[in-house]
Amino acid sequence: MPGKITLEIDGVQIEADQGQYLIDAADNAGVYIPRLCHKPGLEPYGSCRLCTVVVNGRHCSACTTPVANNMVVENATENLQDFRKMIVEMLFVEGNHFCMFCEKSGNCELQGIAYRLGITAPQFPYLWTKKEVDASHPDILIDHNRCILCARCVRTSKDLDGKHVFDFTERGDKKKISVNSSARLAGTDVDITDQALDSCPVGALLRKREGYQVPVGQRLYDLKPIGTNIESPSTDNDKK
Amino acid sequence: MTDSIECMVEVACKKVGCDPTRLLDVLISIQSRSQCINNETIDLIAGHLKTPRVQIESVVSFYTFLSKEPKGKIAIYLSSDVIDMLKGAEEVAAAFTDELGIEFGQVTDDGNFSLDWTSCIGMSDQAPAALINGTVVTELNVEKSRQIIRELKIHMDPDSLVKEAGDGNNSNPLIHSMVRNNIHEKGPIIFGLLNRGDAIRKAVRMSPVEVIRALKASRLRGRGGAGFPCGMKWEYTRAAKADCKYIICNADEGEPGTFKDRVLLTELPDRIFAGMTIAAYAIGATEGILYLRAEYVYLLNFLEEILQRRRVDGLLGQNIANCEGFHFDIRIQLGAGAYICGEETALISSAEGKRGDPKNRPPFPAQSGYLGYPTSVNNCETLSCVTKILEEGSASFSMHGNRQSTGTKLISISGDCTHPGVYEVDFGISLRELLNLAGAQSPEAVQVGGPSGQLVGVDDFERKICFDDLPTGGSIMVFDASRDLLQIVRQFMDFFVEESCGYCTPCRVGNVILKNGMERIIKGNGEPQDLVQFKQTAEMMKSCSRCGLGQTSWKPVITSLNNFPSLYAEKIQIDPDGFQRSFDLKEAVRLSESITGRVSTHSHQK
Ligand SMILES: Cc1cc2nc3c(=O)[nH]c(=O)nc-3n(C[C@H](O)[C@H](O)[C@H](O)COP(=O)(O)O)c2cc1C
Ligand code: SF4
Ligand code: FES
Repeated sequence: MPGKITLEIDGVQIEADQGQYLIDAADNAGVYIPRLCHKPGLEPYGSCRLCTVVVNGRHCSACTTPVANNMVVENATENLQDFRKMIVEMLFVEGNHFCMFCEKSGNCELQGIAYRLGITAPQFPYLWTKKEVDASHPDILIDHNRCILCARCVRTSKDLDGKHVFDFTERGDKKKISVNSSARLAGTDVDITDQALDSCPVGALLRKREGYQVPVGQRLYDLKPIGTNIESPSTDNDKK
Repeated sequence: MTDSIECMVEVACKKVGCDPTRLLDVLISIQSRSQCINNETIDLIAGHLKTPRVQIESVVSFYTFLSKEPKGKIAIYLSSDVIDMLKGAEEVAAAFTDELGIEFGQVTDDGNFSLDWTSCIGMSDQAPAALINGTVVTELNVEKSRQIIRELKIHMDPDSLVKEAGDGNNSNPLIHSMVRNNIHEKGPIIFGLLNRGDAIRKAVRMSPVEVIRALKASRLRGRGGAGFPCGMKWEYTRAAKADCKYIICNADEGEPGTFKDRVLLTELPDRIFAGMTIAAYAIGATEGILYLRAEYVYLLNFLEEILQRRRVDGLLGQNIANCEGFHFDIRIQLGAGAYICGEETALISSAEGKRGDPKNRPPFPAQSGYLGYPTSVNNCETLSCVTKILEEGSASFSMHGNRQSTGTKLISISGDCTHPGVYEVDFGISLRELLNLAGAQSPEAVQVGGPSGQLVGVDDFERKICFDDLPTGGSIMVFDASRDLLQIVRQFMDFFVEESCGYCTPCRVGNVILKNGMERIIKGNGEPQDLVQFKQTAEMMKSCSRCGLGQTSWKPVITSLNNFPSLYAEKIQIDPDGFQRSFDLKEAVRLSESITGRVSTHSHQK
């Protein structure tokens, strides 16, 4: 078949389409590479670095690396899993994540990946940074405490909603999501139906008054670990 | 007032044809005229450039020298680099604060003055130094600093602070700066004699492929840090198919302790521009950009004038050097204060009018760079070498240096030595020889290659300066026994925390974690486990960061830990009571007392 190539992930041969990104090729082959900022349908971004793999001996992010014939990829090695744990822990200590009373709990990809990697408590000291909440909009909330700077809302608003509601301001550890108005979220043209609102992997961008429609314990990752839908696509759960 | 802001924005936007990719030029111009880019101004620009306001706010907030809050009519930025600090920047800061009655980060009530810190401004050989509305003031001390403020209060004209201009072109009226070159060693390549225009005339008599072949034969490697073979980079860029290509000269020189490009730009700009023109011929570029760091804005008018002269002389423009069909010109893109913009893909983002975020690779700039076109980014010094190679041949270049590192290297030496300044030496020179040249009396530790390089001790002084032993983009900082190395390492980490673009997790958070860890250790609250964690964190940052900043910024911590283990061991002692030293009980009690508003009886018993 034209355009088909083969590569190897952790010793297993898989087929891929020319031009595909490695993470998508792995998904199709039922191989889960951990990720947070990647979301199918959006431009690759490469900020969380959770999908870091070793390709032909070099570290790179699977979500931004195009496949090539005969690539040799390491993914689920102990070393890489250790790196991923550290990255997830860094995201936890950088923000203020209180899973026990977060309405995203169970549907949160950060929490999901933390459980999957076996993190119980972060080894790094918490940074306790002071973050803001923007509750100005009647129906939508931004809680910067829980934002992991994945740019999924930025990209979705731009590329799928055809707007530009969100972007980043500041740099370094002060970098944060901002909105396209000097009058906070309420001043923007964001709409309750915007796909951007569904793109947030954590509880940073929320529709108000919807949080507990599905009881805790029955949510996505309460039932099956994150990534299960990729590894065994037959399970109906987690088809987001 | 509002009226004039509207006018100013309109003029600035029209000047760049309302092209959003030239946003940085618009912002720089408005900042310098109205001391800030506030919400109202952002809305106005958004209207003219048809760009969402948040995107403009995003760019404004990224760069050190752009601000939403008003700065003073006279904006003072004091260089906070390690070398400035050990030369007395803190006393200078105190003098400024005292004279002005404001703290750093503040503006005087009359709006006339603001005080801020900024990362290394490229004057480590004449530190402490500061930027005052773009004018550089050097070798500051308490008395000089007080005098500067008193004078400014009278005439409000930073330029008239320059009583005596520096040597060479620093005294050219278009520069008129007190900066001195401090060239202490002139080598045969960079400072060798050259006839202006000859290299280009020779190049155009060759085919582009032959030019690239000559470069490959010279084995010239990039001087900006990464050491990538120049000929190979040009070959890739040449091979890319596109109707337009770019050559960019990296004059961002942000690595603390590096100031050799400053001297090149001041004394030998023609060689840089000739190198760019030769690159254009070789790769097939019609446009070039010199990306000049904001700190070197004092050189801007001078450089523009040199470009103009080259146009007049037929060395830029149409049919260059009478070569039919060879058209090429250069524009200068000014930066706005961000170390990361020295990284080539971040530099490209910045030149495109965006935040200085590095780009994902692949595609590499050679395939898709500035505005998506194939682009070669080269350091000022690399391009100067190109000019010499074309003029005198590959062999006369590669006879200098050693096998893997041919030619000479410009080194900037600063810190505890009698002759801080610029040295052109053959690659392969030992660190000790260099230290002797610079008159370093009793060096204890040397930071080779800037903060992203390594901190080495006496055991390493016989090692050679070259790509496969002790590489450096030019920065060598010398510390004698009186210096507190752990504090220096902590300051380097402050720098990386400040300068990380914040795009990727390992660098954005990793640098903060390392910095906090250093602080804990310095305070005596460190534990053996901290050192284990340093190594693990560093390993992850090196492997997982998105660009060279995070991939190397852990180096001050790890190289000092490896080369000066006793410094850490002295600070980290096991608590005899078996308590975790990282847990500061007193501090914890104090905090909870302040939160609850009560005083604990037990905490005061001890
Ligand atoms: C954080 C960072 C900062 C950099 N700063 C500079 C710089 O100021 N000047 C420079 O020439 N190269 C700098 N570089 C290297 C550039 O990315 C690039 O490799 C270089 O400009 C290529 O030119 P060369 O091949 O001539 O060295 C930096 C790299 C990184 C990762
Ligand atoms: S390593 Fe990551 S956060 Fe650091 S400067 Fe590079 S892209 Fe930005
Ligand atoms: S998923 Fe690849 S970097 Fe975030």
